[in-house]
Amino acid sequence: MTTRLIPEPLAQLPWRILLLVAAINGFGLLMLYSAAGGSMMPWALPQGIRFCVFLTGAIIVSRVPEDWLRHGAMPAYAVLLLMLIGVELLGHVSGGSQRWLNLGFGFRLQPSELMKLAIVLAVARFYEMLPSGETRTFGAVWPAAVLIGLPAAFVMLQPDLGTALMICAGGATVMFLAGVPLRLFIGGALGLAVAAPLAVNFLLHDYQRNRILIFLDPESDPLGTGYHISQSKIAIGSGGIWGKGFLNGTQSHLDYLPEGHTDFAFATMAEEWGLVGGVLLIAAFLLVIRWGIDVGQRANSRFAKLTAAGLSMTIFFYVAINLSMVMGLAPVVGIPLPLFSNGGSAQMTVLLCLGILMAIDRQNRRRPQW
Amino acid sequence: MKRQPKIVTPAMQSYSFSRRAWLLGAGTVGVGTLLGARMAWLSVAQNERYSLLAESNRVNATLIPPRRGWIVDRHGAPIASNRTDFRVDIIPDRLADKDRVLKLLGEILRLPAEELERVRVDLDRAAGFQPVQVAENLDWERFAAVSVRLPELPGVQPTRGFARHYPAGAAVAHLTGYVGAPTAEQFKATRDPLLVTPGFKLGKDGLEKTLEQRLRGQAGAKRVEVTARGKLVAELATRPDVPGRTARLTIDAGLQEYAARRLGTNSGSAVVIDCRTGELLCMVSMPAYDPNSFSDGISHWEWQMLSDDDHVPLMNKVTQGLYPPGSTVKPMNTLALMAAGVSPTDRVQCSGALRVGTGVFHCHKRGGHGPVDMKTAVAQSCDIYFYEMIRRMGYDRIAPVARELGLGQKFELPFSTQRFGTVPDSAWKARKYKDRWTVADGLNASIGQGYVLANPLQLAVMAARIASGRALQPSILADRVHRDAPDLPFQPEQLDHVRESMWAVVNGGGTGAAARLLVPGMSIAAKTGTAQVRRITMAERRGGVLKNGQLPFKLRDHALFVCFAPYENPRYAAGIVLEHNGHTVRNLDTPMIGRDIMTWLLDRDRAIASLAEVEPTWGGDIATRMAAEAAVYRAAHAPAPAAAATKTDATVPSDAPAVEQATAAANQTQAALAEAPPADTPAGQGTTERTP
Repeated sequence: MTTRLIPEPLAQLPWRILLLVAAINGFGLLMLYSAAGGSMMPWALPQGIRFCVFLTGAIIVSRVPEDWLRHGAMPAYAVLLLMLIGVELLGHVSGGSQRWLNLGFGFRLQPSELMKLAIVLAVARFYEMLPSGETRTFGAVWPAAVLIGLPAAFVMLQPDLGTALMICAGGATVMFLAGVPLRLFIGGALGLAVAAPLAVNFLLHDYQRNRILIFLDPESDPLGTGYHISQSKIAIGSGGIWGKGFLNGTQSHLDYLPEGHTDFAFATMAEEWGLVGGVLLIAAFLLVIRWGIDVGQRANSRFAKLTAAGLSMTIFFYVAINLSMVMGLAPVVGIPLPLFSNGGSAQMTVLLCLGILMAIDRQNRRRPQW
Repeated sequence: MKRQPKIVTPAMQSYSFSRRAWLLGAGTVGVGTLLGARMAWLSVAQNERYSLLAESNRVNATLIPPRRGWIVDRHGAPIASNRTDFRVDIIPDRLADKDRVLKLLGEILRLPAEELERVRVDLDRAAGFQPVQVAENLDWERFAAVSVRLPELPGVQPTRGFARHYPAGAAVAHLTGYVGAPTAEQFKATRDPLLVTPGFKLGKDGLEKTLEQRLRGQAGAKRVEVTARGKLVAELATRPDVPGRTARLTIDAGLQEYAARRLGTNSGSAVVIDCRTGELLCMVSMPAYDPNSFSDGISHWEWQMLSDDDHVPLMNKVTQGLYPPGSTVKPMNTLALMAAGVSPTDRVQCSGALRVGTGVFHCHKRGGHGPVDMKTAVAQSCDIYFYEMIRRMGYDRIAPVARELGLGQKFELPFSTQRFGTVPDSAWKARKYKDRWTVADGLNASIGQGYVLANPLQLAVMAARIASGRALQPSILADRVHRDAPDLPFQPEQLDHVRESMWAVVNGGGTGAAARLLVPGMSIAAKTGTAQVRRITMAERRGGVLKNGQLPFKLRDHALFVCFAPYENPRYAAGIVLEHNGHTVRNLDTPMIGRDIMTWLLDRDRAIASLAEVEPTWGGDIATRMAAEAAVYRAAHAPAPAAAATKTDATVPSDAPAVEQATAAANQTQAALAEAPPADTPAGQGTTERTP
């Protein structure tokens, strides 16, 4: 199937998944073009350029040997944790909530974003090092819990409920995959059910608590915080099966939909492309996630298995949390739809995930893909 | 039994991973399906609802208040019209810096400090959506000055609209009522967005209220596509408003205004009816409020001034005022006596007093009239004649005729509140007081006192029916005139005799000589009346009855008058009631007022000249007098700033408790007043009917 016309490394790339990802991002660019009122600026063009840069980066990452990832996991985690603490301290100094470090050259690094990835690698690394016999002991649980709990706590302090949730979910997924007893998860879920109302009342900031209360009853505050959810549902609901047509969305074009190009990008798309566009997009994401889990199934090392499946699930959490929020099934927590929403952070994280997945795929493949 | 921890091997781990990873994969598909289903629910099942919401987001429809239908008189002259109105409002929600904006507005519009204070108070009470009026009736220069500086004035809204205009002012106040902004309750009841549209006003009282549906019209809408921030994107099709229909009245606007002016400083009412059709030609209740300023919303102190006035300007005396008709019922009595078989030539000896049982009934003429026949009894208004005749015949034979002529009757007229008085008889008393009808009751009723109560409209109808011999129904809407009124069940000679005796009242040396018509070849037929509002004690009678001029206003007698003209061929009939007039000033008494109103219809120039002669002695025309009174009141009661706020939700005059109380109290005293001992019975208030 492969010919000498295409160089070997290029031919070895998993083209199917690259095209799928490019398609999702391309769809996102169309949406951004429309959201800007039929213009490449200010969003579509920079987003497209970023995609090319990050995709190139992902392909480069796919050449990184698995051992580099294995040995780099814990140091990377440690560095990011320090940066999170640094952000928190800087935030206190500058007086206000801050989520990024300014690295100069106009590049602002958001350590919490990369932590979503690093937590998976770190917990996977921890379970690889853990002797298999101890999987079902307490010693298999508490270090992982600490690994997860520390960054989650600092992110909560920022405060960024969505990211904290994703860090917890990513870490917990790896624990689950690593074979930690099911009853812990069932117990944990029950515990959460009890603790959630308490947390809502005592731990969250006022604006976060409001978001949750308003999610439960959006019509109670149609012009305040509930406005986001209400308008998003109007955009999706008014789109119907086939949508209002490209560039014909009124909710986004007349600014009724807040954050129509970022967190609520899906609603902008759904208004113009309807149920059909929405289902296709969900299906495309599910295919990417299924491929990622398959990569994990095929991987040989425990680290590679846990990392691959964990990262896939991280992408899934992005999608699931964002779509639930946009459709009024979850409170507004500020998680963008990766590859689709405008914004470099999530795009970078997810393409980095893909790079790592491709690296694992390449090194555990028995036969060339195409 | 304690469970041993399982020993886990790498192979088992790998197997467990596969299983759990598959589980998660399945989970993602499940969640994906759930999200797809949720999306389908929103976009398919609830598509209609959300499409509607998206559309109402996109399109901002600003209602254009419909132009209100005119109210015109029988000749098409406007009684209530619309004039272009330049106004400036503030939308409280959009107001950013209240103090700065108000200061600037005050400078541009040259508003007095007091007005600014009123706006400030209104703003503090305002409910977000409802615009607060800053100024209306602005001239073009000031209006343009605000429009130009709009960028500096967030929340300020200059509008060009229509305002209701009543050219005759107070003269038509109780006829038309007035318009005003809808109340919060009205909006809550209907949820009609038109009701909260700036500049929209609906009828609050009188015809404006009862003809609301006909006059309102349909709102237009200016539809624009707007962004969430309110920026205009595109103008969509504008739907023009449908103006309300014109309501044509039977009223003659000229007569209405003339009569209002001719009543002078009286607290009274005048009704004129066309004797051929029953059309109401005028319906005046004075003094009144100015419906123009009422429609703009009046201030608390103005309201207080009107409420405090003992001439009750807030009450429509034509339909709400109930008075003992006094001697004006005497022509009706003679008709009833003739129908009962009394011969017009039968005489009664009047000695000035008549003893019945333990009580003594007096004639208004202390020395008595001597021998009196029917015609003289009417002309001289002899009480003894009627005491004696009705003592013989019994009042139960009079009451049906009274009703036949309109007393105690309710007429189908578009007024929300009509009080229609009482025509008592033995059955009525048994029903109302569970008591036997006494001779004294009948005697009191025979001179229009005691339980008898009527409103001015009924008196005019009575005169019109006597004049025409037909059961005329009064009408006020030109398209609802009852033209085919049946004849009354009396002999023409009997009616002729009644008319003749009324002619004698004015022209035959009777009590109404002052009403003699100066129009050549025509004469007026009338009956005067006086209704006491106090008891004259035996002691007072011995020392000489006090003159009205010596009494405080509230204790003076009411003056009443019914007439028709020309006597030769009756065209017009009128009823006039002057509260507490007391017959003190000749040119303000009923006969001359009745004469001038009739003269206006028959010889207009003469009537106008007559008014021009006397009006200056009363302190000028209506508007001048009202302004002077307001100035005096204002000087005496300097309004506190808080009380200066616009009273847009003021109680409608005819519903106002103060008016209700005044009316009820007056009616009670009148009902309780009679010279005979049994008159100590509780007051018969008359029946009040309120149609919605």
